Amino acid sequence: MNLHNIFTVYLKELKDTLRDRRSLMSMIIIPTFVMPALTFGVGKIAAGVVSKAREETPAVMIVGGDDSPGVAAALRQDKKLKVVPTAADWKQQISDKKVRAAVLIPAGFEAGLKAGAADPVVIYNYDGELKSGFAVSELEKFFRDLRDQTVTARLAERALPATLVKPFDLRRENVAAPEKVGGNLLGGIVPYLIIILCFTGAMYPAMDLTAGEKERGTMETLLCSPVARVDLVLGKFLMVLTGSLSAMLLSLTSMGLSAMAAGMMFGGGGGAKLAAAAMQAKAAGTAMPMIDPVGLLGVVGMVLPVAVLFSAVIFTVALFAKSYKEAQSYVAPMVFLIIMPAVVGMLPGIDLNARLALVPILNLSLVCKEMLSGIWHWNYIVLIFGSSCVYAAVALTLAVKMFNREDVIFRA
Amino acid sequence: MIEAHHLTKTFKDKKRGVITAVDDVSFTCRPGQIYGLLGANGAGKTTTLRLLATLLKPSGGHATVAGYDVEREPEKVRAQVGFLAASTALYGRLTAREMITYFGRLNGMTDAAITARIRHLATELDMAEFLDRRCDKFSTGMKQKTSIARTLVHDPAVMIFDEPTLGLDVMTARAIVSFVRECRNRGKTVIYSTHIMSEVAKLCDTVGIIHGGRLVAEGTLPELRTRFGEQDMEEVFVKAVGGEAALAAALKN
Ligand SMILES: Nc1ncnc2c1ncn2[C@@H]1O[C@H](COP(=O)(O)OP(=O)(O)O)[C@@H](O)[C@H]1O
Ligand SMILES: [Mg+2]
Repeated sequence: MNLHNIFTVYLKELKDTLRDRRSLMSMIIIPTFVMPALTFGVGKIAAGVVSKAREETPAVMIVGGDDSPGVAAALRQDKKLKVVPTAADWKQQISDKKVRAAVLIPAGFEAGLKAGAADPVVIYNYDGELKSGFAVSELEKFFRDLRDQTVTARLAERALPATLVKPFDLRRENVAAPEKVGGNLLGGIVPYLIIILCFTGAMYPAMDLTAGEKERGTMETLLCSPVARVDLVLGKFLMVLTGSLSAMLLSLTSMGLSAMAAGMMFGGGGGAKLAAAAMQAKAAGTAMPMIDPVGLLGVVGMVLPVAVLFSAVIFTVALFAKSYKEAQSYVAPMVFLIIMPAVVGMLPGIDLNARLALVPILNLSLVCKEMLSGIWHWNYIVLIFGSSCVYAAVALTLAVKMFNREDVIFRA
Repeated sequence: MIEAHHLTKTFKDKKRGVITAVDDVSFTCRPGQIYGLLGANGAGKTTTLRLLATLLKPSGGHATVAGYDVEREPEKVRAQVGFLAASTALYGRLTAREMITYFGRLNGMTDAAITARIRHLATELDMAEFLDRRCDKFSTGMKQKTSIARTLVHDPAVMIFDEPTLGLDVMTARAIVSFVRECRNRGKTVIYSTHIMSEVAKLCDTVGIIHGGRLVAEGTLPELRTRFGEQDMEEVFVKAVGGEAALAAALKN
C-alpha cells in the first residue's frame, strides 16, 4: 500500500467525477436542493391538511334525545359542532365520512339527571380518521362540561364547597427541551433520510468508477500502470465514500439552513402563524432549532462506518458488471434492501436490544432515533459502531479481493 | 528484452468450458527489434500480450520482461512497459495533458519531470493544438497520439502493441507504424500483434505465427518464406496454420 499512489488515484477520480453530470446530480445537486424541497414540500402539504381539518366544523348527528330537548338545544348551539338532521343510516354516513360522528342520547336522559343518575351517552366515531377525531373531542368536551356543571349545581344546592369532589388540581407541564421533543418526532425520519442519501450518493460514482471504466475501456489503461491494484481500489473507494458522505452532509446542512430560514420567516407573525410554522417544521422533520445538535453529531459519527460499508458493497457489485447499464440493474434493487430496515427503524415501538444492535442499517436507524431524543445507551452505541466497523472492513476487503480477480476485471 | 517460456493461459468459460487461449508459447524479443505476433481473430494474441503486461497471470510457464518475472514482480514489469491496445482507451473527461500527467504520476514521476516530458512529447507528436482539450471530443488520430504519449510518458524500455491500427484510417495507421519503427530505432524492445499481413512485412524483424493459442511457426521473414516456399506473406500464414480448412474452423469458434 502506497499512500501517495492512493492519493494520486483519488485526486484524479475526484476531478473526473466532478465533471460527470450523473454523479454530480446524485452527490451534490439532489441532496442540496431536491431533498430539502421534497421534505419541506411534503411537510407543507401535511400541515395544510391538518389545519384545513381544524378549520372545518365537523358535522354530527344526534341519535335519540327527543325527551331531552335542553341537551339537544345546547348541542345545536355549540359553535364548534354542526348538528345535522338525523338520518336512519347514520352509521353508514359516518363510514362514508358524510358526518364525522354521532352521539346517542339515551331515553329519559334529562329526567334521569334530575333524579340522580342517567344512562350512558355513547359517541360513535370512525377510529383513526383525523376529522372524526376532532368531532369526538368536541363532543366529549361538551358532555364533560355538562357533567361538571351538574356536579357544581348539586354541591351548591347542598351548600357544599367545590373542593369536596375536586380536592386538588392536576396539571401537566413539559420539561423536555424543544430539541428532545423534536428528537422523538424526527428521530425516525432523519436517520432514514441519511441512510438513503449515503447510499444514493455512493451509487453513481461507484458505478462510473468500475463498470463505467470497463465499458469505456479505461480500466485496462489504468491497470497498465505500475501502481499496485490495492492502491487503485483504495483510491477509487475513497472517491465513492466521498460521494456518499457529501450527499449526506450537504443535505443535512441544506435542510438545516432552510429550516432556520423558514423559522425566521414565520417567527415574526402571530400565534397562529407560529404554530403553523412549527407544525410544518415538525412534519418536515428537519427543523434545526428542534434537533439536538449533539445528537445530530452522534448520528453523523455512527453513519461513517455504514457509509464505508455501502461504498464498498456497491463498489464490489458494480465492479462485477461489464457496463454501466448492467451495474444499474444490480445496484438499483439494493435500494429496497436498505430501505426496508431503515423503515422498520422508523416505526414507533421497536426498541434497541443486543440482538437488533447487530443487524446492519436497522441498528443505525434505531440508535439514531435514541440519540436524537437525547438517550445515549453507550453499550449499544459501542456495539453498533464496532459491528458496523467490522461489516465495513469485511466489505472493503471483499472489494479489494474482487479487484484482484482477473475473471471479474476481464469478464468475457 | 522479453523472454517467454512455455506460457500457458486457460480461461473457464460458462458456455465453452475450459479454453486454452495461450498454449505452451515460448519466444524471445530483443532490444532494438520488432517481434511480430501474427494471428487470426481469437488466436490468442491479446491474451499473450496481456500476460506479458501482467494484466493476466499465467496458468503455466513463465516470462521475464526487462529482467523482471511477470508473476513475482508485476509492478516492476509494468514500470518498464508501455502497453498500447485498441482496448486501452482515454479518460474522456480529462484533457490530454491531464491524462498524460496522471500516468506520469502513477509511474512515480515528479511534476517537473512530467511537465518536461509532456513538452517533449507534444512537440514530437504534434499535439500542442489539442493538449488542453478534453479527450472525448478528439478525432481518432488525436486519441491515438494521446495514447502514444500516455504509453511513452515514463520512457519504457519495452513496448507492447496489441493491434494498434485496428479501426483507424489510413493516415493514422501509417503514423502509428512509423512510430513503432521509431521505437525500435531508439533501442526499445517491441512486440507487435496484428492480423494484417502487410504490416508484418513492413515492420517486423522476427515473426511468430500464432494459431489456436500455439506458436506454429517462427523466424525472420526470409526464413519463413524459404521454409514454406511462398513469397506472399498471406500464403506463408495460411500454410503455417495448416491450410484454409484449419483457419476456417478456428475462425468459426
Ligand atoms: N477473459 C476471458 N474469458 C474467457 N475467454 C477468453 C477471455 N479472454 C479471451 N478469451 C478467449 O481466448 C481466446 C483467445 O482470445 P484473444 O487472446 O483475445 O485472441 P486474439 O487477440 O488473437 O483475437 C478466444 O477464444 C477468446 O474467446
Ligand atoms: Mg485481440
